[in-house]
Amino acid sequence: MAKIELQGLVKTYGQTRAVHGIDLTIEDGEFVVFVGPSGCGKSTTLRMIAGLEDISGGTLLIGDEVVNQREPKQRNIAMVFQNYAIYPHMTVGQNIGFGLYTSKLSKAEKQQRIAETGKILGLEKLLDRRPAALSGGQRQRVAIGRAMVRDPVAFLFDEPLSNLDAQLRSQMRMEIKSLHRRLGTTIVYVTHDQVEAMTMADKIVVMRDGHILQVGSPTDLYENPVDIFTARFIGSPSMNMLEANLSKGALAIDGVAVSGLTLPAHEGKVTVGLRPHDLVVGEGSSPALSASGLVEAVEPLGSETLVHVMIGKTLVTATAPGRVVPAVGSTISVHAEAGALYLFDAASEKALGRA
Amino acid sequence: MTATTTSATELAANRRDIRPGRIITWTLLLIGGLIMVTPLLFMFSTSLKTAGQVYDLKLIPAAPTLDNYIKVLGDGRFMQWFLNSTFIAITVTASNVFFDSLVGYTLAKFEFRGRYFIFLAILSTLMIPTEMLVIPWYLMSSQLGWLNSYWGIMFPGMMTAFGTFLMKQFFEGVPNDFLEAARVDGLNEFTIWWKIAMPMVVPAISALAIFTFLGNWTAFFWPLIVTTSKELYTLPVGISSFSAEASIQWELIMTGAAIGTIPTLLVFLALQRFIVRGVMLAGLKG
Repeated sequence: MAKIELQGLVKTYGQTRAVHGIDLTIEDGEFVVFVGPSGCGKSTTLRMIAGLEDISGGTLLIGDEVVNQREPKQRNIAMVFQNYAIYPHMTVGQNIGFGLYTSKLSKAEKQQRIAETGKILGLEKLLDRRPAALSGGQRQRVAIGRAMVRDPVAFLFDEPLSNLDAQLRSQMRMEIKSLHRRLGTTIVYVTHDQVEAMTMADKIVVMRDGHILQVGSPTDLYENPVDIFTARFIGSPSMNMLEANLSKGALAIDGVAVSGLTLPAHEGKVTVGLRPHDLVVGEGSSPALSASGLVEAVEPLGSETLVHVMIGKTLVTATAPGRVVPAVGSTISVHAEAGALYLFDAASEKALGRA
Repeated sequence: MTATTTSATELAANRRDIRPGRIITWTLLLIGGLIMVTPLLFMFSTSLKTAGQVYDLKLIPAAPTLDNYIKVLGDGRFMQWFLNSTFIAITVTASNVFFDSLVGYTLAKFEFRGRYFIFLAILSTLMIPTEMLVIPWYLMSSQLGWLNSYWGIMFPGMMTAFGTFLMKQFFEGVPNDFLEAARVDGLNEFTIWWKIAMPMVVPAISALAIFTFLGNWTAFFWPLIVTTSKELYTLPVGISSFSAEASIQWELIMTGAAIGTIPTLLVFLALQRFIVRGVMLAGLKG
């Protein structure tokens, strides 16, 4: 196990800069998830940590040692790839054991490790099978097994669940999380799926265009996003954004009645963020924000219904609790309580505070 | 009753399938097949005839005999040529599989300056006909003392542009994740190539091995030029020497040729599914 430190890490491809000098400390035993849209630099950063990409600038430390110039094999890290990368010409046992290829352990010790790893991952009966005879989830477990067997200082996961169906993904999320609890090894995990990030991470790193936008616990990021991008990226369904004007302590939003809010000191155009779960269908007893609009679409989810309503000129998503499903085309009221509003500067898109 | 109905339906369906276009296609294929097979049949037929029956063009000999086989196999020279051909074909095949794969892998999987230029340079050698190369090869062999030696016969084919091209195309289809996973697992680049990449291109290796083996087994022109000692003759050159003696002994030539086809038939039958795939890929990706 080891601490990983990124100090001003830069990656350039010719004239194009993919990662712009990022700083981050990943504590020993921490589960850190890099999240962001495609092309944000998260996989490149992971590959630099793995040693699969040259570092163009900055310093990378693993366990307090600078490893910029070290080959992947010298860093004692293990990596699980998006496409599993389990070798089709080897059995499950050989695949798991391949992680020990360069190890100096005796053959018996290697066999013991393979058997132990197979048992932990529920693969003990499949050790003689070829990958072609395995399901997606089993293949993913083999890939994790090959990483585990070496006892590395850190695991790197590069979108490992993106090829699995929704049900299996959810199951594997829990398995990886419990594996982390059991092994206590540092994990750096890359995904574009914010649900994975929220459910698994101790610490989430939100990236965009090669920059780190925010680092924090899932709750931190959900409750206190630093900008509109993070606010929209974290949380599902994504946050509603309404254009508004803040002038002399009064907030004006097109088609919305606002009252009793403690607003941040700011003058000018702002963007008001409202999570769909905070914008509830109905009048409410003493709402801080209320509006009415035409129902454009509904998504019944069983326990609740997501309702797409036109408020002013903006289509927002609200939640109807229980089994109430408003009719498409009808006019309904929505409301939100004080404290549910996120205010952002319209120009800089930076957070101004909650209201 | 049901069975009768079914078979009547099948019959009608089959009748619908017999279209004039298909008849023409089948006829052309049949003619093509016969043209291909006839020389082989005559070769086997002639090998079972006596010297006096050779010009009797009947496909089935009047009095088949295995005397020619006994004579040819009993001739120590034939066995020597057979072994020469076997040694040369296997060595050149192994060399091609090794070096063509190594270069193909490097060109497919490593980024370095001049990679495209090197690939084009290798590919451009495919445009040069063998006849043009024979004189430089001969002069080189002569100057380096390779005339009349196994190495002299083998060196021009130890690595080929075609093989390199074929292997490069196949290696490009191997996902990088496999190689990177092995890199993280601590393997060096040579082991990654040997242990991970090579097993993933077995069809290509098989196709290349078959092409190379067949090419070298049947090679005649260059071995004829570079060798003068009968002990070093390859099978095709040796067999042809039957005609250079007092008279043309067709029955012996055909017997030698018939025996010579056996290894190629065996290799082909064992690995034909790979050769078809290899040809398809070489054609499609070219």
